[in-house]
Amino acid sequence: MSTAVDMPRFVRARQVEALPPPNLARGPIAWVRENLFSGPFNTILTLVVFFLLYVSVPPLMKFLFIDAVWTGTDRAACRADTGGSESGACWAFIWDKLNYFIYGSYTISERWRVNIFFILLAVGVVWLLWLKAPRRDLGAVYFFWVFPVVSYVLLTGGNESFSGRFWIGFAIFGALVIALFAFVAALLKASLRPALILGGGIVAVIGITLALVDLDFGLAHVPTSLWGGVLVTLLVATVGIVVSLPFGIVLALGRRSKLPIVRMAAVIFIEFVRGVPLITVLIMANTMLPLFLPGDMTVDRLLRPLIGTALFASAYMAEVVRGGLQAMPKGQYEGAMSLGLNYPQMMSLIILPQALRIVIPGIVNTFIGLFKDTSLVAIVGIFDLVKTIEASRIDPAWAAPTIGITGYAFAALFYFVFCFGMSRYSLGVERRLAAGQKR
Amino acid sequence: MNSVQTAVSQTSPPKKSFLYDPKVRGVFYQVVLVAAIIFLFYVAATNAIENLQRAKIASGFGFLNNTAGFDISQTLIQFSAAGGTYGDAFIVGLLNTLIVSAIGIFFTTFLGFLIGIARLSKNWMVAKVAMVYVEVLRNIPLLVQLLFWYIAVLGALPQPRNSLEMGAGFYLNARGLFMARPIWASNIEILVAVLLIGLVVTFIYRRWARKQQEQTGRQYPVGKVTLALVLGLPILTWIVLALLGANPISFELPRKGTFNLTGGMQILPEFVALLLGLVTYTAAFIAEVVRAGILAVSKGQTEAAGSLGLTPGQTLRLVVIPQAMRVIIPPLTSQYLNLTKNSSLAVAIGYPDLVQVFMGTVLNQTGQAIEVVVITMGVYLTISLLTSFIMNIYNRRVAIVER
Repeated sequence: MSTAVDMPRFVRARQVEALPPPNLARGPIAWVRENLFSGPFNTILTLVVFFLLYVSVPPLMKFLFIDAVWTGTDRAACRADTGGSESGACWAFIWDKLNYFIYGSYTISERWRVNIFFILLAVGVVWLLWLKAPRRDLGAVYFFWVFPVVSYVLLTGGNESFSGRFWIGFAIFGALVIALFAFVAALLKASLRPALILGGGIVAVIGITLALVDLDFGLAHVPTSLWGGVLVTLLVATVGIVVSLPFGIVLALGRRSKLPIVRMAAVIFIEFVRGVPLITVLIMANTMLPLFLPGDMTVDRLLRPLIGTALFASAYMAEVVRGGLQAMPKGQYEGAMSLGLNYPQMMSLIILPQALRIVIPGIVNTFIGLFKDTSLVAIVGIFDLVKTIEASRIDPAWAAPTIGITGYAFAALFYFVFCFGMSRYSLGVERRLAAGQKR
Repeated sequence: MNSVQTAVSQTSPPKKSFLYDPKVRGVFYQVVLVAAIIFLFYVAATNAIENLQRAKIASGFGFLNNTAGFDISQTLIQFSAAGGTYGDAFIVGLLNTLIVSAIGIFFTTFLGFLIGIARLSKNWMVAKVAMVYVEVLRNIPLLVQLLFWYIAVLGALPQPRNSLEMGAGFYLNARGLFMARPIWASNIEILVAVLLIGLVVTFIYRRWARKQQEQTGRQYPVGKVTLALVLGLPILTWIVLALLGANPISFELPRKGTFNLTGGMQILPEFVALLLGLVTYTAAFIAEVVRAGILAVSKGQTEAAGSLGLTPGQTLRLVVIPQAMRVIIPPLTSQYLNLTKNSSLAVAIGYPDLVQVFMGTVLNQTGQAIEVVVITMGVYLTISLLTSFIMNIYNRRVAIVER
């Protein structure tokens, strides 16, 4: 019955000739065959892609490089009717306007201050993002306190010259804060010293910040209406990250809190902000912020979108941080509690250091989104990079058909370099963090 | 005695200050938070009332009934500067936002899935091109892309007097794409009815076919029958009606005048630029979502399907895609929402969407910032919450059912 039995048997008597060696198992031709032309479908696909590349890439290269105009002082270079070439990108325009794209209308003699700001920013970013950098805790203090204060003084000129009454008021406020800490410590029958140190520390930090802003360093005042270009783009992004990280952590902790009202407040804020487009938040900040403040107070035109983007980024940051908090095994919380740590100690010493570490890629991704979103401040009239390009594009001295495209190509290149760099970094960290789990 | 004492001390721990009671502390913190929030709102509200009174700006939603007095370049409903109210302008803007989002979502899904699958292709060339596409598009702000498209699209188009004629009633010029406008006759209802019948019959047939397959293992040509019923039947009806001399759909073609085109349907270049920007940008993100979803299906699933004798096509359709969709759906939804929210960037290129019409023109004309911002944000919030609600239901349906 079984088929095996019924099968005709055949036993070969002689050894067959060996097949010729596969001469095309390796090398570029074999690779091409396997990866590009492995079947009829793949062959067609490859040819289609080649055709698409042939249609798109050479003209693009021709426009960006081969036919491009590299030198020139005005529109004549980029117009066909005045002897120039208009079939390629007009890089001469970018070159001519480069300072405007970087600094906006910032006072020319004071631009070295902006350069120092760029350097300080780079130092802070490298210090925080380079995982092997020494004393990254000091780096955090630098990035979230020293750097913002110094930058503020550097960019605006500082010298707010607060009145004597202001300082008396601040002294009273400081005394009240310290007294409050002492009172709470006494109420809880805790030791007085740490409470006094904490209260004094808070007052000292605020005081030093105010004093630095108040002091006259001999820097000329530069109003924010003159700032522009890359300076504003980086500024909005930096303020966004400096505010959104701490605020996002607070919101995330609030959302994970056991206290119902705290949790509800955090959830409402996060879901509200995430449910609306950034542009509406910016317009809201622009039109409603002045309404909510007392009549004689005005908000700086640049500050309004800064507040808007910072709040917007905070909600997204909160969700990233929450992911990290939820990824922490319960044993970490229980272990911390069994050691007798209270909530702030547990969070700051045990949970957050681990949780934040695993969400570094997420934080960087949020930052990439934030960096791209800074371009939206152009819509509410802030002179960031996109807006300076918009403004230069209609400059009659550079009126030529290719100017617009060239300007946006430059903007695209700028954003691409930054965002691509950050995404590579985040991938690298991800790989490093996953190294422990790999078998 | 000793043991009794310990037992007693265990049941009633030493009395501590109630300040150390976590419950008391929790209540205290929450009271402080509520007080702070109320204080903040109170200060903001009093200042706002005072500022509005000083600036002599009306409040309340009465302005929605006032005449708008401005024109909108794309209106899906009747709207004119003389007769339209701010309320009408709001609806026009909302419809424009919805239409560009809906069409955008449709196309971006196709493009996103195509590129996502291409990134996983064994064809080196295809995979690399898809990767470059994703990396470039993802890392450039949408605003820059939109402005770029707008200039590129507008710049490449000719003036109306030398419009490009593309045949079949299509014309292209700097004012947009002109095409035939369908005019529905009164007997269009017959066609709609036939379409509905087709849909219902298809639904019943599919259920029957599935039951048959589960019971007997016999497979029925579901795809072909669906196509015939949903597409073929209405088209057949249309042809029959047209032959009988009662054509339900006729077309109004745009006519070329000396300076401009008249009649027909016009698609604004702003709309095209916005759609192009949104579709290509979101597709890059969807591609990553799709890639992650497909990679999440373990290789064992494919191998098991193969060992059961399924063809590669069947494996993809019956094993890989259903499982990948489970991973893809939630992030895909948030991409759809992102597209809808990003459509508000229309304001930068002048497409009359909700933000441009309502938060732009209406806000500037009336000055009623609070009402306008509340309404606009309310719309986006409603869309967001509604979408996540619907997607949650779908998600529950496709989610893994465990014992």
